[in-house]
Amino acid sequence: MRDIAQVNNPYHDDKVIDACSLFGAMDTSGRRFSGEGVIRAIANMHFRSNGLGGGFAIYGLYPEYAESYAFHIMYLSEEGRKQVEAFLRDRFYLVYDEEVPTRPTPGIVDPPLVRRYFLEVGGQKHAEQSEDDYIVNQVMEINTKLQDAFVFSSGKDMAVFKGQGYPEEIAAYFCLEQYEGYLWTTHGRFPTNTPGWWGGAHPFCVLDWTVVHNGEISSYGINRRYLEQFGYHCTMQTDTEVVAYAVDLLMRKHNLPVEIMAKVLAAPFWTDIERRPPEEQKLLRTLRQVYGSLLLNGPFTAIIAHQGEMIGFTDRIRLRPLIVGVKGDMLYLSSEESAIRLICSNIDRTWIPAGGEPIVGSLRSPLQSSAAVERRC
Amino acid sequence: MANSVHNQMVKIDASGVLHRELNAKLRDEVANGTQKIQIHNVYGQRYIGTDLGKPVEIEIFGTPGNDLGAFMDGLRIIVHGNAQDGCGNTMNEGEIIVHGHAGDITGLAARGGKIFVRDDVGYRAGIHMKEYGDKKPVVVIGGTAQDFFGEYMAGGILILLGLNLNEGTRHRANFVGTGMHGGVIYLRGGIEDYQLGKEVGVAQIEEEDCQILQKFVSQFASHFGYDVGEILKHNFCKLFPRWLRPYGRLYAY
Repeated sequence: MRDIAQVNNPYHDDKVIDACSLFGAMDTSGRRFSGEGVIRAIANMHFRSNGLGGGFAIYGLYPEYAESYAFHIMYLSEEGRKQVEAFLRDRFYLVYDEEVPTRPTPGIVDPPLVRRYFLEVGGQKHAEQSEDDYIVNQVMEINTKLQDAFVFSSGKDMAVFKGQGYPEEIAAYFCLEQYEGYLWTTHGRFPTNTPGWWGGAHPFCVLDWTVVHNGEISSYGINRRYLEQFGYHCTMQTDTEVVAYAVDLLMRKHNLPVEIMAKVLAAPFWTDIERRPPEEQKLLRTLRQVYGSLLLNGPFTAIIAHQGEMIGFTDRIRLRPLIVGVKGDMLYLSSEESAIRLICSNIDRTWIPAGGEPIVGSLRSPLQSSAAVERRC
Repeated sequence: MANSVHNQMVKIDASGVLHRELNAKLRDEVANGTQKIQIHNVYGQRYIGTDLGKPVEIEIFGTPGNDLGAFMDGLRIIVHGNAQDGCGNTMNEGEIIVHGHAGDITGLAARGGKIFVRDDVGYRAGIHMKEYGDKKPVVVIGGTAQDFFGEYMAGGILILLGLNLNEGTRHRANFVGTGMHGGVIYLRGGIEDYQLGKEVGVAQIEEEDCQILQKFVSQFASHFGYDVGEILKHNFCKLFPRWLRPYGRLYAY
């Protein structure tokens, strides 16, 4: 969508600040579950947001189209839709498309049209690029060059549902209680500098990477300039966007494990590094030297997810809240403990993680059969 | 909101009740002379116990929300569960007893009263606690604390017992007492110099300190069923502010 700044940021502020509610739930055994509990949990933190943005990311959502890229696209005009659909037919094979079902919901005013497309990429279309890079480029093109359209999400077997309203209203509007997934993240927004809008709600998504975020990335400027060198264009002027692209760069393109990714984004202090064993010192110094421009400064908590994995962490001095709960194979991450206990009254354990320490749930190591999460606390 | 009156004791079911309604209900009950209130099914309702101003007792079953007992003045709150962030925010008088852990900034800016937490506390517990005359807040924590424990502390007493630390392990908190310029911290369990803020000094405890510990650790032990003698057998150290105005010269040229 062109001229997004006019909608989202009419005063051309350098960045947009918000402070919000987060919740994530994952069944690390891969069992899919309804969003009913997650919706109740985020609704329980109603007062952390102000009705100007709510959203959900769901993984394991479209098993019947698991091999297709599921694009959720928002349209502000019929003209925008025609343009984008012509663009999609030109760049992809269209497997199936439909309007995302909605119901009239109090509190949801003047919603845009949201459609979903299940797309496949033919070999001839992306030539030397990887399929993933091809997808990222097409998403960037729609978001920056076409009018009145915005891509909510673009990954396989997952999607983002979001908009302007409280998260429980967005859930009702998109009938989310009818969907199932093995991993849900959700967000209630409290934007403080600019009007909220449908595309500016969290989660932010590129490919199947999603980010929900509470806080303020005060290093936004330097992070954005660094990411531009790799072809990521920050179009929304919302600080959370840089987290999504930074994670895509580090984990997908540079193939770094999640622990290393966390050490880049929330790097230990130099004084901490000096007390580590020599080998570890070398690694940590190297990371700070190579990826210094990706250090996220300022207060934040983020929950990052992609196919098969959910990661929660805070800034290194924990200026925003995050609490972890574990029950059997279920991993819960939340801004407030009460939201976890509301939907899981017999939870095994809850704890407050240390700043910068990633809490990871993964299908590769279900909680029951490994001590993956336990080890980190 | 179903409730039933037994003499002076009232039970409130907080299921699905918003914090505003719940606190209004508490104000009504206290105004009507209720001495004891039990609140069941508490899930995140904020500010419980604020604005009541009478020495009543509130027992909470569940997870009270942020700013539990904010500006609290003289009541006694017992939590059967964990407390969230900002427990005892700027409290003036009274007692909060948490049978579980408490979140970040426990006891922030407290100016009187006592908080007892059975397990751990999150980041910045005791931040900017203060004291004046006979108003002296006390926070006793049974477990361990996270970073910036006692940050910018200006008065009062923080006691960290480390009862859940294994033999030979130390507290993990860094930046303990950063910016501290008043009050005192008592620590049981090891801590290294580098974990302390630049503004604190370490001292052996003296007779006067032992009396303070005896008094408040006894209260802690009776709340949670510990043996005070067993706890006090171990070594304690005392952290004190080295300067009254640590940043007095920061912006002075």
